[in-house]
Amino acid sequence: MNPSLDEARLRQQAIGVKLRDLFNEVVNEPVPDEFLEILRRADDRKAEPE
Amino acid sequence: MTRAEAAGAGRPADPQSRGADPAMEEAFRRELVALIPHLRAFARTLAGDPAGADDLAQDAMIKAWDARASYQMGTNMKAWTFMILRNQFYSEKRRSWRQTQLDQEAAERTLVAIDNPEAPVALDELRLGLAMLPAEQREALILVGAGGFAYEEAADICGCAVGTVKSRVSRARRSLQAILEAGAYDRDGKSASDAMRSILAEAERLSSTP
Repeated sequence: MNPSLDEARLRQQAIGVKLRDLFNEVVNEPVPDEFLEILRRADDRKAEPE
Repeated sequence: MTRAEAAGAGRPADPQSRGADPAMEEAFRRELVALIPHLRAFARTLAGDPAGADDLAQDAMIKAWDARASYQMGTNMKAWTFMILRNQFYSEKRRSWRQTQLDQEAAERTLVAIDNPEAPVALDELRLGLAMLPAEQREALILVGAGGFAYEEAADICGCAVGTVKSRVSRARRSLQAILEAGAYDRDGKSASDAMRSILAEAERLSSTP
């Protein structure tokens, strides 16, 4: 295999790993309470009589 | 009024929810809650700053909840909610009078948003490099390269052909590598070579992995 192509492929793989790290950094953050509060209110809204 | 209050205030009960199966609604809610971290991550890559991204993710979550009657359980809810979030982002972007400035501002806000001194340098630089990509390339790369979507799913989310997504991902990868290697995201006159050094170390680790 062409060594420079191999090197380029490895660099791209490495950038891919870092991209997933970047994304997962946010995925692994605690979810702010406000998100669940919004859903709870949406549930309440559904339960309200018209 | 907080966004949470706004979500519940002054709106009638959703007519679509009347007569809905409570077990199905609970299953939908559970699945939606499990997707919140992913929606936040995708929103962060689109909107840039964390506060604006959370607003976007919350709006998308409300829209998904309101549209739950149109969702078919058992299909790909992650792709469905990402599509809603993406449409919301571009809808807001179109409405904004600052439309032409958004990409640049997103890059600047991302710079300001880096407030964790412990965060790995390479991720900060990568974040800045991503912000320099055209929006359609950035989202395609994130969906396929980090979000775990197949090209076909990413094409559905972006509303374009599979070939277009492949092309955008390919161009994004090349551009990002060029940006990182050139240090085009330099700031404050400091060298930005740490990012590429870290990435090269990762490449070396990958090459030594059997």
